[in-house]
Amino acid sequence: MTDYLIKNGFVFDPVQGINGDKVDVAIKDGKIVDAGDVTNPTIIDATGMTVMAAAVDIHAHVAGPKVNMGRNFRPEDKLFNCTAGSGMKRMEGGFSVPTVLRTAYLYARMGFGFSMEAAMPPLYARHTHEEIRDTPIIDQGALPVFGNNWFVLEYLKENEIENTAAYIAWLLNQTKGFGVKCVNPGGTESWGWGLNCETVDDVVPYFDVTPRQIVSGLIEANEYLGLPHCMHVHGNSLGEPGNYGITLDTLKIAEGVKPQNDFGREVVLHNTHLQFHCYGGESYASKSFESKSKEVVNYINSVDNISYDLGVVTLDETTTMTADGPFEHHLSHMNNLKWANTDVELETGSGIVPFIYNPKTFIAGAQWAIGLECGLFIKDPMRAYITTDAPNAGPLCRYPRVYKWLMSAKARDDMLDNTLKYGDKIRERCYIGELDREISLYELAMMTRAGPAKTLGLSHMFGSLKPGLEGDVAVYPYNPETDTDDPEKIEYAFGNAAYLIKGGKLIVKEGEIVDMGNKRTFWVNAKVNENPMVERDISEKFRRYYTVTQNNYTVEGPHFVPNPYVIEVDATK
Amino acid sequence: MAKVILTPNQTPTLFLEAENITPDVFAGKDAAEIAALHGFVGKTTVTLGDYFTIEGAGGQTAADTTVVINGDVSRVKYIGMKMSAGELIVNGNADMYVGGWMTGGKITVNGDIEAFAGLGMTGGELIVNGNAGNYLGAAYRGDWRGMQGGEIRVSGNAGSDVGTFMRGGTIVVGGNIDVHVGTHMEGGTIIVKGDAKTRVGGQMVKGTIYVYGDIDVMMPGFQYRNDSDLEVDGDKGRFALYEGDMGERHPKKKGEVIYGQLYMKY
Repeated sequence: MTDYLIKNGFVFDPVQGINGDKVDVAIKDGKIVDAGDVTNPTIIDATGMTVMAAAVDIHAHVAGPKVNMGRNFRPEDKLFNCTAGSGMKRMEGGFSVPTVLRTAYLYARMGFGFSMEAAMPPLYARHTHEEIRDTPIIDQGALPVFGNNWFVLEYLKENEIENTAAYIAWLLNQTKGFGVKCVNPGGTESWGWGLNCETVDDVVPYFDVTPRQIVSGLIEANEYLGLPHCMHVHGNSLGEPGNYGITLDTLKIAEGVKPQNDFGREVVLHNTHLQFHCYGGESYASKSFESKSKEVVNYINSVDNISYDLGVVTLDETTTMTADGPFEHHLSHMNNLKWANTDVELETGSGIVPFIYNPKTFIAGAQWAIGLECGLFIKDPMRAYITTDAPNAGPLCRYPRVYKWLMSAKARDDMLDNTLKYGDKIRERCYIGELDREISLYELAMMTRAGPAKTLGLSHMFGSLKPGLEGDVAVYPYNPETDTDDPEKIEYAFGNAAYLIKGGKLIVKEGEIVDMGNKRTFWVNAKVNENPMVERDISEKFRRYYTVTQNNYTVEGPHFVPNPYVIEVDATK
Repeated sequence: MAKVILTPNQTPTLFLEAENITPDVFAGKDAAEIAALHGFVGKTTVTLGDYFTIEGAGGQTAADTTVVINGDVSRVKYIGMKMSAGELIVNGNADMYVGGWMTGGKITVNGDIEAFAGLGMTGGELIVNGNAGNYLGAAYRGDWRGMQGGEIRVSGNAGSDVGTFMRGGTIVVGGNIDVHVGTHMEGGTIIVKGDAKTRVGGQMVKGTIYVYGDIDVMMPGFQYRNDSDLEVDGDKGRFALYEGDMGERHPKKKGEVIYGQLYMKY
């Protein structure tokens, strides 16, 4: 394997406290090593450029049945938006729901090394893994959804943490999943009854359990197992005016819970796309709707066991897709566009609706502002990660644009003054006007690398340039000394990495993708004590309810996971 | 006004996709440069010069460029796609997507055209002295933004699914029309001077459809309102107004519910 030495770049690595110093970064046998440990390396001249560990995406919808449904029902997403293959690259297409190849190339061009698929319906885990397999270059994992699963609802009604944990361990093994995702706890199941859970104390019909019990139980079970990632929640009443109270209720469930794991993870609850959960007011009208990002982030600042990602609205035409079935139904009645919906047997549901975040409307502008506020109010950037909940709040390709807005008050003012029709109203109803903070490159490295890697329990592999970690390095054509004059340079640089080394292989060379890498699928194998009751429940449910047998359920073998990376967890003690 | 004359010199074995045949692309180019513009046949890239003899040159801008195609181009797609100004005249038949997504200018086809003409167009004029195919002035597959502005005139008959997801502009069909007219229509006007078959205005939200002749089977979601004397596209007559589609959502304006309007001439 070729050794690499990246010389003369401005290095940003918060884990090692390197803040723009000119440090040489060396890679040997796929791992980061001390600069002196490489012999006869290939030199990469990063003079005038920014060097960081490859980025880690904690939450994106890039593979699986609902992404594919989005592709199927939005042929117009690919209209005039395809690029023919050239060199190593095959044809790529799509904007908000790109092909697997465009997803991989986009991540490579943006300097990413790892991406977490944010919601995998267990029954369709096979499909999810086939798409992950077909997405080259980046390492990926997937979070199965648990928040509306019949097993979980039944166990947590009686607060049976050990049984819940045994079931989680079984399901992670069956679906080759990475951790515990929870979408609209209880609400999607209620949707099967034409209802929803709008607060944490709404009771799920038939199951007689509340979102509070589900969230609390899943956090406990997650820590019981000691999984690398914490419980990953998309709370109730997403997108509803006045929902910030429900968000605070959800976050407070984690109060006092201590993380238990061997991976250096310090949080027990990750609240995803916080932007959608920080709304005040009673309606979307500009005289009522307001931002409550400050209230929510202030609470998170006051505790130390919660992290979140932003979910910034990028003001594009995109495709919303979530396991939150009732929310998508609600959305389809707001914009009257096409709608797809699925009920996934005993497990979850999902919906898909195209959506245009129109900068000429007050509400889209306010959502844009709230997403950025979530990134700007944080005191410890190690707990706030930059996402667009791709493609829900914005397409994956817009990450660099979000960096620009976070890093430049001038860029934000330009939006408020020139692009958004209701800029002044948005300054009045949101906090964006009072925020002059500009995220530094050092903080950006925390919010896109060190932070997400730590919360995913992968800080021993990703997120830093410390010797011993994976040889994942991105070099961006951005000079932190001279390129500060124009915010557009940020967006360009972070969307067009000059170099990306992934697992010690040179993937992007001088801006061109030259290698398809050695993609791995990460999953967590949690060992638990034998649990005859859960085993009996599983075979009973398959016998009575599932349309498939267990043999057709398990994700196994090289067809689905040709290159696995298994993280072992022992919870038998 | 500068003129470019294209004369087909061979018929493609497959179909020639020639989105570059527009006044916008031809403007500022001489005959040799136009001949070098690319097109696609199947997966191969070809040049316009491979299929046309080209005379003349483009004007400085699209607005002062006229493109004339003399001959049959019934195996050439995307003629006048996305054109914004100027004029394009086809003396012969043309294939699919004539004037797709056009925003301005004028296209005249002295012959028949195939499906998807004027797809998603937002402005300009598309005149067809002949028959048109299916999906005239409709939306691209999956899209909800059909024709939004401009005018399409067909002297002969038109196919099915005309004006699907239409949001603005006018389509005038001189002859008869096939099934599915103005499905999901949210604005604009469709005038059918001949007969229509079935499913006229299905899931129509807003907009207006006039039918001078008969409708084979009326949609059940339309309700009779009143009769009135109107002048439509220069033709005077007495029309019966039906409103619908009652099975679809309808917006309100000043407290009044707005329906799609279907006028049938007595």
